[in-house]
Amino acid sequence: MNIPGNLKYTNDHEWVKVEGNVATVGITEYAQGELGDVVFVDIDEGLAEISKGKSFGTIEAVKTVSDLYGPFSGKLIEINSKLSDSPELINEDPFGEGWMIKAELSNTTDLDDLIDAEAYKALIGQ
Amino acid sequence: MKKTAFYNIHKKLGAKLVDFAGFDMPIQYSSIIAEHKAVRTSVGIFDVSHMGEVFISGNKALEFVQHITVNDASTLSPGRVQYSAMCYPDGGIVDDLLVYKLSDDEFMLVVNASNIDKDYKWMIENNKLDVKIDNQSSDYSLIAVQGPNSHKVVQKVVNDNIDLEYYHFKKEKIAGTDVILSRTGYTGEIGYEIYFKGNEFEAEKIWTEIFEAGKEFNIQPAGLAARDSLRLEMGFCLYGNDIDKTTNTIEAGLGWITKLKKGNFIGREALQKFKDDGVIRKLVGMISDEKIFPRKDYPVYVSGKGVGSVTSGTVSPILEKPIALGYVEKEYSNHDTEISFLIRGKEISAKVVKLPFIKK
Repeated sequence: MNIPGNLKYTNDHEWVKVEGNVATVGITEYAQGELGDVVFVDIDEGLAEISKGKSFGTIEAVKTVSDLYGPFSGKLIEINSKLSDSPELINEDPFGEGWMIKAELSNTTDLDDLIDAEAYKALIGQ
Repeated sequence: MKKTAFYNIHKKLGAKLVDFAGFDMPIQYSSIIAEHKAVRTSVGIFDVSHMGEVFISGNKALEFVQHITVNDASTLSPGRVQYSAMCYPDGGIVDDLLVYKLSDDEFMLVVNASNIDKDYKWMIENNKLDVKIDNQSSDYSLIAVQGPNSHKVVQKVVNDNIDLEYYHFKKEKIAGTDVILSRTGYTGEIGYEIYFKGNEFEAEKIWTEIFEAGKEFNIQPAGLAARDSLRLEMGFCLYGNDIDKTTNTIEAGLGWITKLKKGNFIGREALQKFKDDGVIRKLVGMISDEKIFPRKDYPVYVSGKGVGSVTSGTVSPILEKPIALGYVEKEYSNHDTEISFLIRGKEISAKVVKLPFIKK
């Protein structure tokens, strides 16, 4: 199971890649495996910001639906537009082409609650 | 957890295994959608050994089967299969099942994995005719080979001609093992279900032989998730979702298997009443053009008021649209009735459609 060491993780199986005060968010390889085939990512296009711990959208898979939770609070910069036509990118390349949103960090202290790759590995029992 | 005789094969194929009715079962191998499409366009192979097989024998076997099931088993000749159900006296469904007539005094009843113990107990309790009831579920394995190319694949591993009509079966040999080869399935495609008694060694030989024969058709192992989306596209009921002890066969759209004139059977009076008085709700197919998907237990609304709920829902891999089965009040059950699914507080437009969702 791929768990890149340069990313931060949440207990909800999302990953966060921090670059300066902007962070990219996606779901982990483990999460996509548990969900199965993703068929739609529903993130409101009018969404201006995400809030830590609050749902910012849903991810629909054949078998189930799952909420997406803000790993931190901040202004939304971009939604991965490729996902509307190719939601399967989340299954195929969860840490790359399957990224979901980019957002500006309001408080860098929000990152303190994220866990590192080792802790995430332990969380999923790898 | 119980394992089927194909457990090591699933492991080798990298299946994702989940607990289903106490069995460690493959839910998917590669991708649900790819497996689903393989079955619709070519051929797929499923391990459904978790299903239960109960044998009824004795000179009153037919009388017993007639007493506990709603369909008319007296119309069966040896080599024929029938879709049926067992009901409680109040018309609620104990289980839906397949009835195989093996000979004039022997039947095989194929029941849902989650209901094996309950069904067996129910049969024993209602055995006033002193027939032999033999639960061989743990001894039997079952593979389903389904899809437009399934006939070609299965023919390659069987010596005799296998031109079986739908819902017919015969005894054959595959890889040296005696099997019951049945032209049945839960996918809506041409397909075969292959029952046999055997250990892991025999099971693996049969699987491998079919898998090798299917290679030229790009046969795919398919898991329970694809089995579920395939049956849902056809509008086939799943026990525990669309039917259970709180639903009766009339409202579930299974009036066609409920033969009220065949003579007395458990549940007949109640079912006759449902038929005469009319039911208050009906199981219907519903489809939407939105990209948000109905799931089990989501409410169904008409003009802002609840009129029913979803019992099974998914995205149809073929139509690429949300599809669902669910019960709605009878007045909203006609085809083309505009309804909506209540999904996370939003009303999503949909309509009632004729089943199946996929026309074959």
